Amino acid sequence: MRHTASLGWSALLLFGLAFPFIAGNDYHLTVMSTAYIYAIATVGLNLITGYTGQFNLAHSGFMAVGAYTVGILTVDYQMPFWGALALSGLVAAGIGFFVGLVSLRLKTHFFSIFTLCVGYIMYLLIEKWESLTHGTVGIVGIPAPESIAGLDFSEPRTQYYLVLAFLAASMWIMHRIVNSLLGRTFMAIRNGDDLAQSLGINLMRNKLLAFMLSVFFAGLAGGLYAGYVRFLGPDLGRVEHTFDMTMYMLVGGIGTLAGPLLGAITVPWLTQQLQFLQDYRFVVFGPVLVLLVIFMPHGIVGTWMARRRRKAAQLAAPVAPVLRAVTARKGAHRA
Amino acid sequence: MLEMNAITKRFGGLVAVNDVSVRFERGTINAIIGPNGAGKTTFFNLASGALSPSAGSIKLDGQDVTGLRADQMARRGIARTFQSTTLFDNATVLDNLIVGHRLRTRANLIDVLLGTRRLKDEEAACRSKAREALDFVGLSHIEARLAGDISQEQRKRVAFALALATDPALLLLDEPAGGVNPEETEGLANLVRKMKGLGLTVCLIEHKMDMIMNLADKILVLNHGEKIAEGTPAEVRANPVVIEAYLGSDHADA
Repeated sequence: MRHTASLGWSALLLFGLAFPFIAGNDYHLTVMSTAYIYAIATVGLNLITGYTGQFNLAHSGFMAVGAYTVGILTVDYQMPFWGALALSGLVAAGIGFFVGLVSLRLKTHFFSIFTLCVGYIMYLLIEKWESLTHGTVGIVGIPAPESIAGLDFSEPRTQYYLVLAFLAASMWIMHRIVNSLLGRTFMAIRNGDDLAQSLGINLMRNKLLAFMLSVFFAGLAGGLYAGYVRFLGPDLGRVEHTFDMTMYMLVGGIGTLAGPLLGAITVPWLTQQLQFLQDYRFVVFGPVLVLLVIFMPHGIVGTWMARRRRKAAQLAAPVAPVLRAVTARKGAHRA
Repeated sequence: MLEMNAITKRFGGLVAVNDVSVRFERGTINAIIGPNGAGKTTFFNLASGALSPSAGSIKLDGQDVTGLRADQMARRGIARTFQSTTLFDNATVLDNLIVGHRLRTRANLIDVLLGTRRLKDEEAACRSKAREALDFVGLSHIEARLAGDISQEQRKRVAFALALATDPALLLLDEPAGGVNPEETEGLANLVRKMKGLGLTVCLIEHKMDMIMNLADKILVLNHGEKIAEGTPAEVRANPVVIEAYLGSDHADA
């Protein structure tokens, strides 16, 4: 099972590396790079929502925080991109600490509704705080990442590889987290607060850690977005983006490692393919999504993994005693 | 071992537990019985730290632990099971148990990111603890089964194993034999005796009188949130107040 998994990951990485050579034009590269950036944020959202069971709706707000960190620092304070990018995740996590401290006192829907409001407040702050964020005008002229060792990051192809590198690193870190004791702790909380707490798990501390890690990825994705698109408007923080990311998680498989990644990459391509339907494309896409949630509530990866686990469990479980007796008797007859 | 002094819990105007004092001695099996709504589960929630008392104090091995949270109580050696245990049905039984020993480990985010020796050692320790607990409850043979596929009685045993993986000194079992057949009930009762054999203190809520009377060293009877009797099974059985609470006053003289 582990073998197949690493094979799958290698194949994905290989595809990612080869993609610029397969892609017909720069437009495809742009679609893919943007998908990767959202994939980083979605993978982060999956940690708090999928693994820890706390459905955070302020996620795009934190992505905007990361993006504006880079935008403001590079444009208004002439900070180098790389330094600003390093701060983007940290600033998001720092704000996440205070937001989490208050919002994580709430459970289930109350937490979601509260974070929905927090996300909207973040969006409003970005839109109205003109002296800091340039308001609705947005931040224009964000410099491209400075070249490193002759790699020019204003080129679409190098930019693509930059985003891919961050995505790969994010996946690796997330893999580390969810397969460790820490990940098990988060999943115990998802299974139920009361049981987790009775097992000695400090709920607030662990939820807060998951929340901060989650929004760290959102902030980092935002920082990358700023360096990639090089223009920022407050719309980046709109709650619709959180719902998009939620959709990616649902399609791919919430609470799985590969699911949100696959969802974040395939869904934008799918909606691109349906572009000829123009405004009607969601008339097609909506019902598909509804059917998917009804018949595959664990998403594509989740359903596939559940099937594999079941098979593995059947293989590992010893033959039921009755069956064994029957086969033994058959053997005796034959002898 | 655990000492509860004049514990009271009020929910608004409702007094769920009223001025109850009791001591559980080390290495004994204690049962809490009482009609539905007598305050048994509330009492458990107070003992495990899930609720903090409105009045009164709790001492664990002579130390005041009043008002501590459930996770702090768990670290101090109080484990509990619930009437129904929510397992992660999509993972194996063993996988469900590994987190049980998490409270005795210290690996943090840094260890996880760097993949330190400590993390590896602690993960191995958690895994072997989970196996040990599973072996104790007699379910080693189903460790690779999915938790969603096991029987109700096996779920009860897995819940015991999860509690045991925390390395407790006192186990609070909420209806350990609820929803299982008489034969399985006997098996679970033997398991509780085996825990006592390890030197653990056990306290359980149960409605099955046959089981309680054979198992418990001491019984605490609650009714309307108040302690109406306390003593050995024989004493409790002969107590007219208990008979009245269970069968009504007409039977008390009989």
